[in-house]
Amino acid sequence: MSLEERVGQIERISGTVVDAVGVKDIEIGEVVEVGDERLIGEVIRVSKDRFTIQVYEPTSGLRPGDKVYATGRKLVAELGPGLLYNVFDGVGRPLHELLKQGPFITRGIKAYTLDRKRKWYFKPTVKRGAEVAAGDIIGTVQETYMIEHRIMIPPGLEGKLISVEEGEFTVEEPVALLRTKDGREIPVKMYQEWPVRVPRPFQPEGRLPLTEPLITGQRVIDTFFPVAKGGAAAIPGGFGTGKTVMLHQLAKWSDADVIVYIGCGERGNEMSEVLTEFPELKDPRTGRPLMERTILIANTSNMPVAAREASIYIGVTMAEYYRDMGYNVALMADSTSRWAEALREISGRLEEMPVERGYPAYLPDKIAEFYERAGKVKVLGRPERIGSVTIIGAVSPPGGDFNEPVTIHTLRFTGVFWALDPELAYSRHFPAINWLKSYSLYVTSLLSSWATSFSYHAEELAEWWRKVAPSFPEYRSKALELLSVAAEIESIARIIGESALPDDQRLILLTAELLKEGFLRQNAFSEVDSFSEPEKQVLILKMILDFHSIAEKLIRAGVPIERIRSLPHISLMMRVKEDPEKVKAILRLTEESRKALLEIAEEYGVKLEV
Amino acid sequence: MVLRLEDIPGLIYRGAKEIRRSLLFVEGVSGVGYDEMVVVRAPDGIDRVGRVIEVGRGFAVIQVFGGEMGLQTDIAVKFTGSTFKIPVSDEVLGRMFNGRFEPIDGMPPVVSDDLRDVNGSPINPAARVYPNNFIQTGISAIDGMLSLVRGQKLPIFSESGLPHNRIIAQIARQATVLGEAEEFAIVFAAMGLKNDEARFFIEQFRESGAIERSVIILNLADDPAIERLLTPRIALTVAEYMAFDLEMHVLAILSDMTNYCEALREISAAREEVPGRGGYPGYMYSDLATIYERAGIIAGRKGSLTQMPVLTMPGGDLRHPIPDLTGYITEGQIILSRELYSRGIYPPINVLPSLSRLMRSGIGPGKTRDDHKDVADQLYDAYSRGVRARDLARIVGEMGLSERERRYLKFADAFEKRFVNQGEYENRSIDETLDLAWELLAMLPEEELVRIREKYIKKYHPKYRAAAAS
Ligand SMILES: Nc1ncnc2c1ncn2[C@@H]1O[C@H](COP(=O)(O)OP(=O)(O)O)[C@@H](O)[C@H]1O
Ligand SMILES: [Mg+2]
Repeated sequence: MSLEERVGQIERISGTVVDAVGVKDIEIGEVVEVGDERLIGEVIRVSKDRFTIQVYEPTSGLRPGDKVYATGRKLVAELGPGLLYNVFDGVGRPLHELLKQGPFITRGIKAYTLDRKRKWYFKPTVKRGAEVAAGDIIGTVQETYMIEHRIMIPPGLEGKLISVEEGEFTVEEPVALLRTKDGREIPVKMYQEWPVRVPRPFQPEGRLPLTEPLITGQRVIDTFFPVAKGGAAAIPGGFGTGKTVMLHQLAKWSDADVIVYIGCGERGNEMSEVLTEFPELKDPRTGRPLMERTILIANTSNMPVAAREASIYIGVTMAEYYRDMGYNVALMADSTSRWAEALREISGRLEEMPVERGYPAYLPDKIAEFYERAGKVKVLGRPERIGSVTIIGAVSPPGGDFNEPVTIHTLRFTGVFWALDPELAYSRHFPAINWLKSYSLYVTSLLSSWATSFSYHAEELAEWWRKVAPSFPEYRSKALELLSVAAEIESIARIIGESALPDDQRLILLTAELLKEGFLRQNAFSEVDSFSEPEKQVLILKMILDFHSIAEKLIRAGVPIERIRSLPHISLMMRVKEDPEKVKAILRLTEESRKALLEIAEEYGVKLEV
Repeated sequence: MVLRLEDIPGLIYRGAKEIRRSLLFVEGVSGVGYDEMVVVRAPDGIDRVGRVIEVGRGFAVIQVFGGEMGLQTDIAVKFTGSTFKIPVSDEVLGRMFNGRFEPIDGMPPVVSDDLRDVNGSPINPAARVYPNNFIQTGISAIDGMLSLVRGQKLPIFSESGLPHNRIIAQIARQATVLGEAEEFAIVFAAMGLKNDEARFFIEQFRESGAIERSVIILNLADDPAIERLLTPRIALTVAEYMAFDLEMHVLAILSDMTNYCEALREISAAREEVPGRGGYPGYMYSDLATIYERAGIIAGRKGSLTQMPVLTMPGGDLRHPIPDLTGYITEGQIILSRELYSRGIYPPINVLPSLSRLMRSGIGPGKTRDDHKDVADQLYDAYSRGVRARDLARIVGEMGLSERERRYLKFADAFEKRFVNQGEYENRSIDETLDLAWELLAMLPEEELVRIREKYIKKYHPKYRAAAAS
């Protein structure tokens, strides 16, 4: 077939959707280039005599009759060294490349995802003559100081390595030569391509149970509503309730190996913030700049809507690729609602039948497909290894009302719900995650491993840690219980006034306040408290709950609540999270406040069993 | 831009198949580009500009600006072969235009070879400089708790009858960047404003002398509604030119975005698109983003573009699609409250649901004052407790409150009367604002101030200051 035959013409243009004719064997998902500027687009509908393209760039000036060039390729992600420490647009073009055309993004710019000139030092891990198959690691590249890039045989390929070479190569230069069973010789390069809409394969039956928490350093998450490595979480909330800040926090502090952060239809300045901040911030575990483990995808709200739809898939494909190397990858998407709206907009232009709020009937399937790409799996190839992709999606419900299709369907397919609450946000209680409405389905399987999963800060505490860890789940449920009882008492107080409540109930309110201010509230921008080590989380919780249980006995014995409330330790317990001495300060305060209560006991002649 | 049919080379097409409000369906055309600008002459002899919003083989759908009254199927259409562009040069400064960029100040049109597409192009996020220059507006509620920074997009959510115009004028009058002499240049875009409202602004800019550095673009209440789709884009094209070519610090005021959104809804209805919430089209978020995202600072350019859109919330409802989608795009929102205004508070800013997302990068040591963040946080906390106590007092009576609640209630009253409330011509420095905050916070027991680090309590709390002074 000659190339000529695969050129069609535009019939009709409506926004980013273009109808064309003239390429008979065109396929759904095929990438086409549209018009003289060869704008990138993807075929999204094929009928007998025409096909429909969504164009990833502004379509101004396109005319009926303009040419459409079929490429025979699917929308793919280029996967190889050079993804980390980089930022791409929704179709995978590096933003720094686009800068060469000036500060504004104009049309028709072509740029490869991976730098074709940059050389990488490839170190083989297999020898000539090795039999290799899909997923086998044949060598490594130190992509950044933090991350070793493992070069793998692409899915679908198998055979014998007839040569493999160590040295400096660009991604396009072959590092090995593979002979297939049928005798073809195929050069193996350091990069591969993968169609973004297709999940990358892993071992058959390779899905593993989720037993390891993603430690985020965010107390309300780690302690109350943890997400598993390989799990999926949703964070819905109206504007200003803290979605983006939370996703930034997770991108900064999660104990994943690699982070993929997708800004999908959100603000340009938020991407610029990440780009400014991440190279400066240090990973708490390695002390290296966070950017070294991070890939950013930026399709801001003012960029073409079709590219927004693609950005999610590009991002998750990159995440799977690092998973396949055997890494734990965490992906954040801010906001999946903009992606769903892009689907809706394109569906509208296709004049498809809407079902709920203008969304097409396949919305739930699309959401499910996306979150299904999370998981902890046995990946393909040798050496045997396990990798995971954790997906955390922000959802932006219209009017902040969770009763809408994107939120509802997202909750069906995710295991954790962090419900953001505007009332908390208004009083600047951040993270504004409502502790009564949120949940984590992973709690039971994670809690036992949570506390033992690591403790890298406090070697001197190791002994203690082993003692406390088993009781951690109890602390957690006690705290949640107190908070929920406090909410009930508060609703009574709203009718009769707090002063009319009995003292034991007022103590519960006081403890709830300690929990809220001293434990749950965590300022993302605090130098000391932005990341809260697991031991710090447990110790604050223990401090407050131990205080409560002694105070409870005092109140029962007739000590007035005002006496306890007037202790200076109350405000100290609220502040101690900001103490740079961290764990030490908390242990000290735990002891001091215990003493203070014991003194009160003595003052009132109360006998406490210890 | 003034365009006449005669000015454009090429074929004239006659006759429209159908006219639906401001939409023109024409047939028998060829070589028409999507988004192309057209000139349409109806039998009334008036030339209107329009835009191709859909095109296929042999047909085009044109959205006509400049009023649909008088349109008939018996019309003449010419296609310009390019998108809507406006000429820019430094001659725009001090000028006044209508919503189509035709001069309305009696001076000749701007002439320049430098033509800019009014749709603009997205700023590459990698070219952005994260904004962090505090703008002092002299208004305590804003400077203290919702700080504006250069390059931010911070809208005012108002309701009809509230003094948003006076507040915007006060900000335009008082805004300065500490330590810099250069004043803001102003681009003012009116969409559907009443004549007297527009005149109020022009007078204000004249009085303050800002008019020389201003560009005013007016689409008034009696101007064609559809033109409002163009007005903010023209204004921002001019503003971008001033900020990134002339390297000025520009404050763009867009008022009232609600009128813009209504025009968008009208077009969508005429096209018989599937309506979204409230009848507004599903793509309104993306559409608004192409306006609001045109703010910021670009690496290597000296200027900046700060945006303050104004919108009136239909029915005072924050969840209405217009404020809702706006809040999802802009970097915060300043919300005005009818309740505060009726209690005589000016500016009636309800700080609790209001937000400035860029505040934290613009304040703090070396920028405003070291205690600023903590103080703002504490004010939010204390005021929200006070407001809750006030709500409670409505049910149980003030006597039913605990002593602590009563204290917070008192604080809330004082906060509104002394901190939020101020004169229209009162220009408070950031130090004055923060000192005032401390005076109010001192009404609360020191142990309650847990959001302020102890070192700042020691440094700024009136109690310790008085002790230090004596
Ligand atoms: N954890 C946090 N700590 C401190 N401030 C926060 C936190 N989360 C949110 N905020 C504040 O709330 C604002 C809005 O948060 P953001 O995440 O941008 O909201 P959303 O993405 O939901 O619109 C931020 O600019 C910041 O001032
Ligand atoms: Mg956000």
